[in-house]
Amino acid sequence: MTVEVQEIRRDQWRLWGGLVAAIVGWWFLYSVNRPFWEWLLFDTVGFDADTHLGAAVEFFFYDTTKIALLLGGIIFAVTVLRSFMSVERTRALLGGRREGVGNVAAAGLGVVTPFCSCSAVPGFIGFVAAGVPLGITMSFLIASPMVNEVAIVLLYGLFGWKVAAVYVTAGLALAIVAGWVIGRLRLERFVEPFVFETTLRGQPVDLTSGLTWSDRFAMGREEVVSILRKIWPYLAVGIGIGAAIHGWVPEDFFVDAAGPDNPLAVPVAVGIGVPLYSNAAGVLPLVEALHAKGLAMGTVLAFMMSVVALSVPEMVLLRRVLKPRLLGIFVGVVAVGILMVGLLFNLIL
Amino acid sequence: MKIKVLGPGCANCTTLEKRTNEALQLSGVEATVEKVTDFAEIASYGIMSTPGLVIDEQVVVSGRVPKVQEIQSLLTGA
Repeated sequence: MTVEVQEIRRDQWRLWGGLVAAIVGWWFLYSVNRPFWEWLLFDTVGFDADTHLGAAVEFFFYDTTKIALLLGGIIFAVTVLRSFMSVERTRALLGGRREGVGNVAAAGLGVVTPFCSCSAVPGFIGFVAAGVPLGITMSFLIASPMVNEVAIVLLYGLFGWKVAAVYVTAGLALAIVAGWVIGRLRLERFVEPFVFETTLRGQPVDLTSGLTWSDRFAMGREEVVSILRKIWPYLAVGIGIGAAIHGWVPEDFFVDAAGPDNPLAVPVAVGIGVPLYSNAAGVLPLVEALHAKGLAMGTVLAFMMSVVALSVPEMVLLRRVLKPRLLGIFVGVVAVGILMVGLLFNLIL
Repeated sequence: MKIKVLGPGCANCTTLEKRTNEALQLSGVEATVEKVTDFAEIASYGIMSTPGLVIDEQVVVSGRVPKVQEIQSLLTGA
């Protein structure tokens, strides 16, 4: 065996051995999280679990650790998987699709394609200029921020798989129907004309092939750091408010004001959520605390959807490519869809 | 050599520009670096996820921020 081959072997061992060690370490931290904080805060520091302060402090530390661990693990795994997928490939898959089938495909691809909100505008131009119909592009743009791996895993971690499944189904249905409606309305004239005039130079090269596992793992690690750095202020505020609600707001506080029987609860929640700008990670701790105090599940999910799917900064960005009329219709269709999802779930859950 | 960094100004785009300048210094390649923030122009390169790195009108990276060494080898290989 040559020295070179030996070195490659050793690198491989280090790579996969490191992965296994990381998984075991993660699992250990996740399972000792609750006992550790209970031991530290209640048994050692002396907080009382039955006081407001004790409950709030325990919720804050336990939840912060849990969410950070969940996020770290998911973002890494998803980034590595997604390094096999690209927006360019998605566009190739969507080109020439008919409405209906195309909307379904676009919503599904919106979930698995790596896409950040700062790419919304170049993405939109890239899709439309390449001939992907407007409605199908919209299905993609709606599904992408709303149904993503962070939202799915956090919902699973905080509420269980049933709520996560319901959320995913509802989010996909909403993206498909809203995109289809926008497509049917024939609103192409309300897209800024420069979008259609954009000519795409050259053949987009597939830049994701040729990456080694080592590159993909490195991308995963970088992504975890960059996302956690970006969202920690939202997370801290969300968990902080959640902890306060957890500790001080009495049980069943919301049952009278915003329980399942109050038809106004969902519209109010959506009205508050639309202008707010946060992501799934920031809004979920808050949502968990609200639900624990009696806010109905449908209302809670509608609030979360409206926060992550629609926001003022995103509207400002999209205004560059959409005329006000179309932007208004986009917001209207999505908001009405979220409203219906919330009301429906309050009825059936 | 003409280098363009495509990106509307998000955090990743700034990082890419910084790393590109670093890679240029390390490899001693002479080049002009231009920042492209106009959406229509970015999209005209056919990229849909920012940031993008263009060397002599050829898109070499898009949708991720490569390491300094990787940019170096792209510079010397191009």
